[in-house]
Amino acid sequence: MGLLSRKDSKLLLDPLADNNPITIQVLGICSALAITAQLKAAIVMAISVTAVVAIGNVVISLMRNIIPPKIRIIVQLVVVAVLVILVDLILKAYSYQLSKTLSVFVGLIITNCIIMGRFEAFALANGPWRSFLDGIGNGAGYGLILVIVGFFRELLGSGTLLGFKVLGDPIAKTGLYALGYENNGFMLLSPMALIVVGIIIWVQRSRNRALIEDH
Amino acid sequence: MEHLELFLKSIFIDNMVFATFLGMCSFLAVSKKVSTAVGLGAAVIFVMLITVPLNWLLDHYLLQPGALSWLGEEYAEYDLSFLSFIMFIATIATMVQLVEIVVEKFSPSLYNSLGIFLPLIAVNCAILGGSLFMQSREIPTLGLATVYGIGSGIGWFLAILSIAAIREKIRYSNVPAPLRGLGITFITTGLMAIGFMSFGGMLTGGDKKPKEEKQVAVAPIKDNKVEVSKTSDTKDNKKDKVVLANNIKVNE
Repeated sequence: MGLLSRKDSKLLLDPLADNNPITIQVLGICSALAITAQLKAAIVMAISVTAVVAIGNVVISLMRNIIPPKIRIIVQLVVVAVLVILVDLILKAYSYQLSKTLSVFVGLIITNCIIMGRFEAFALANGPWRSFLDGIGNGAGYGLILVIVGFFRELLGSGTLLGFKVLGDPIAKTGLYALGYENNGFMLLSPMALIVVGIIIWVQRSRNRALIEDH
Repeated sequence: MEHLELFLKSIFIDNMVFATFLGMCSFLAVSKKVSTAVGLGAAVIFVMLITVPLNWLLDHYLLQPGALSWLGEEYAEYDLSFLSFIMFIATIATMVQLVEIVVEKFSPSLYNSLGIFLPLIAVNCAILGGSLFMQSREIPTLGLATVYGIGSGIGWFLAILSIAAIREKIRYSNVPAPLRGLGITFITTGLMAIGFMSFGGMLTGGDKKPKEEKQVAVAPIKDNKVEVSKTSDTKDNKKDKVVLANNIKVNE
């Protein structure tokens, strides 16, 4: 990356793998699991969270010297709430159907721990540009997991990706279905999201033994 | 009867953790020991009992389209519902602060046991989620909103208590190294959630349609109109508990 110094690109790339918000920092799991039955919803959620955390990080970072420490939580909540209202209104205006699918989970971005966590841990102590990169990085790390989970759940659960029937038509029995393949409806149920994330954690920690916890 | 139904429904069927995945962050972070889990769970019940009815009042007399008509004719057309996120979170944050001060003043022993958990709760998704679901499911009366708040709180409490108990035991078993800690907790929670899904048949008399389940998984908004529960409920309930217990045993 010619544009960024090594330190800055580390900010951007670290959260994608070794410091992933979901699998390592254990933040922002609530919304990650509930909306991943479809890939499309997962992608929209990932973009929304990335936008909110990046812009919010910049705003908090700019205000970091004038926020009294005692009321910083309320200030942070107000900043996030304003950004989330904007995201919600934009979704309602341009993609009403999707905003119905996401329902309350757009509102729940406010209490997404990634956002508060990054404000507290990073934006309050760093300049706007670095905070922006940190926000993008963490949003992308969160989005990556969401997209992986959404991909597997939609592919195995309904045999589609983004609504396209990639495995053939289950009713007309074309493609894989002609060979007797069946969709696993279980993948669409919410508990499977937890198990898929568990497996992702398993794979990641098997590849990088340094991340293993001792209970 | 309506109240009892909503109460049971919000504890078991629409369980905050197992059906909608709310409050997962603190659920995973604070469930290493049973004693701390009980503290946080109690604080969640307490705060939900207060904030859900309060936000119901806000929603009905301030935010809904036409809610301001009690001020006079000219305000009847106002629609402030776009402000609901910020109003709800502000209510929750202030209430948490207020509850902390009041509890510290009047019951130091309770304060010591809830103490550090109260500030954490302002950003617990289960609390905001309770208020948002209350709004999106259009709960009609203040009484029902209170019942919904306390039921959801108890459901969350049960969930964190059971996962903490399992995690205390799981320490003695030989889990594959990369799964230790977070990984096995995720999978255990997933299996418990599957167990809790069997409660889904409780209010419909056990006649489950796969399509309904799908709807729960994708967008967990359901009508509050549930069929009148039958006397066989308690039996089903027991059976489900046995299933759940088996699940837990397998995990251990």
